[in-house]
Amino acid sequence: MEHKPKALTVLNWLTGAVFVVALYIVLIWAPQEAIMGDVQRVFYFHVSAGWVGALAFLVTAIVGGIYLARGEQRWDRVAQASVEIGVVFAFINIVTGSIWARPIWNTWWTWDPRLVTATIMELIYIAYMMLRRGIEDPDRRARFGAVYSIVGFISVPLTFLSIRIFRTIHPIVVGSSDPAALGAFDMTVDMRVAFFFSLFTFTLLYITLLWHRLRLQVKMEKIEERKLRALSS
Amino acid sequence: MIKVRRLVKTFGPKPVLRGLDFQVAQGEFVALLGPNGAGKTTFLRILATLSRPKMGEVIVAGHHLPAEAAAVRRRLGVVSHQPLLYGDLSAEQNLRFYSWMYGVSDLKQRMDEVLNLVGLYLRRRDLVREFSRGMQQRLAIGRAILHRPDILLFDEPHTGLDQEAAAMLDGVLREIAAAGRTVVMTSHDISRAADLADRVDILSKGVIAASENTDALDSIQLTELYRAVTRV
Amino acid sequence: MSEMPPTMNITEQKIEPRANGSLRAYLRSIAAIVWKDLAAEFRSRELIGAMLVFAALVIVVFNFALELDIRTRETVTSGVLWVTFAFAGTLGLNRSMAIEKDRGCLDGLLLAPVDRSAIYFGKAIGNLFFMLIVEAIILPMYSVLYNVNLFQPGLIFVILLGSIGYTAVGTLLASMAVQARTRDVLLPILLFPVLIPLLLAAVKASNGFLQGFEIAEIMPWVNIMIAYDVIFIAVAFMVFDFVVEE
Repeated sequence: MEHKPKALTVLNWLTGAVFVVALYIVLIWAPQEAIMGDVQRVFYFHVSAGWVGALAFLVTAIVGGIYLARGEQRWDRVAQASVEIGVVFAFINIVTGSIWARPIWNTWWTWDPRLVTATIMELIYIAYMMLRRGIEDPDRRARFGAVYSIVGFISVPLTFLSIRIFRTIHPIVVGSSDPAALGAFDMTVDMRVAFFFSLFTFTLLYITLLWHRLRLQVKMEKIEERKLRALSS
Repeated sequence: MIKVRRLVKTFGPKPVLRGLDFQVAQGEFVALLGPNGAGKTTFLRILATLSRPKMGEVIVAGHHLPAEAAAVRRRLGVVSHQPLLYGDLSAEQNLRFYSWMYGVSDLKQRMDEVLNLVGLYLRRRDLVREFSRGMQQRLAIGRAILHRPDILLFDEPHTGLDQEAAAMLDGVLREIAAAGRTVVMTSHDISRAADLADRVDILSKGVIAASENTDALDSIQLTELYRAVTRV
Repeated sequence: MSEMPPTMNITEQKIEPRANGSLRAYLRSIAAIVWKDLAAEFRSRELIGAMLVFAALVIVVFNFALELDIRTRETVTSGVLWVTFAFAGTLGLNRSMAIEKDRGCLDGLLLAPVDRSAIYFGKAIGNLFFMLIVEAIILPMYSVLYNVNLFQPGLIFVILLGSIGYTAVGTLLASMAVQARTRDVLLPILLFPVLIPLLLAAVKASNGFLQGFEIAEIMPWVNIMIAYDVIFIAVAFMVFDFVVEE
């Protein structure tokens, strides 16, 4: 990976272009929602960010499993890169969720099952990073990361399920009383287009960032190797 | 008994063992010398099945490691840097625990035998955290031979012992080695190693740099060889 | 295979029973580990002492912090209890795994000719015992201080289920946390996000039993707890090797 591969350059431009188009679609082209007004537009990027957060989490858990089975370093690199991206997008998801909630329900936080689960997922991400940071041995660091990402990933659906049941039995008085959806509204066809397009955009963004981060990691490792060689000779 | 070929072990990007070759015949007592950080402990841990080789062939008692590690463990007795003893338990309780873990059948009899061998029978009811370093080391050896292993691995067993305790340890080591067991012992102490072992190997820069029978060289020659081979 | 080496005395020639791979040896080693932890704790009493003092403090603080009337107290009890157990539990878990790490004893366990999962089950069951002992003391303490009867079979059952799940995941994560530099703070950070479904279900189920809800209402929570326990015991069993081996 010495020189930037052509495919990556193409991808950079593609993602950039698609993102600009997405901005246009979401902010201008998509119809204004009847009840919530323009603030509803946050929803498109909010869910897309959440989607990338979850996708990154899934990827981390899967490559973690592969690393445990194979012991090959490159899988751990993917896990590391994926977590960094995921933690940022999950954070964007939470913040945009707040921004959306405030003007509509006059509160910064609703105990919506999906939002709470997303926050817990973010906490697991952060715990993952703290775990890795506390371990010196690179092989052990990778193994522990893999184990924790699997444990964390399995716990998330259970978390969602338990909070969901909690909400149907005991609806919260303050905030949305509908346990099933944060700001449920019917999407028109145009809105659906905007929605899926922004999902697509963010997925593309994830792949691009992942690729860049992987290259960066390989370069950093090469530097470490050269440093060690220089020191020992 | 032990055959190692082109063993490689890395710590992340840093190589520690670089294609090491090593052999021990049955009943032989080999001392492994080397400077700090040379990889003696790393190597011993691999032989003890506590660590996996990155590349290369490691065969202990006919079993390939790490694939057949479980099969080898019954035949290994290991004394490491740390005593591997539970401070809140008595000497006897520690031995009982390990007897159970190793499936030693004649438990009571064997425990008494071992306690006598290492000279701790009278202190068997005392808590290990009250033992001196020398006593803990002796108990650690007792723990290692409890299940009658035929291969013994010692990692710098004399560390932290005063002269008297070290001499006592030597006595125990000699007695154990005399029973025809295969022993690999890492050490810092050249003269002591030469005294106890049949053969001395020197680990330097990730490989065995020299290997000599102890009856061929005296202590001074050995020290010279050591210096020559470990020079940076 | 090499032949038996020449020996000096008769007793040396006794052949050891083949313990590899047999069920009895497996169960025996689990029992040995549990025994060891209980025996050591019996001598030092540090672990249970620490957990108890901590739990008692939490309960007392809650009393002042919440200042409740009788009725509200009833609804809050299960939450207070589980928060107490969850925090006191981390003390126990940390200490239990630290013992193995501190004198290199984990190597002693790994050298034994037993499957690694036996180490996991041995430690987990030991941890479960300690947790149950602490809970058994806290329950009457709480009952007396708050004038609430906590000795109901339903509640006991929930506490048992919850403790099993807690120690199943906690033992696995503590094995990792104890090997990190930031050992003491790391365990709660790793454990609590993953524990949430169990804690939530435990609190709701406990509350249901205490307040005499219909069984049908409580069952979803109990089911979640059972599912959680089964899933995570299985996961821990499968990945534990990777946590202890090098």
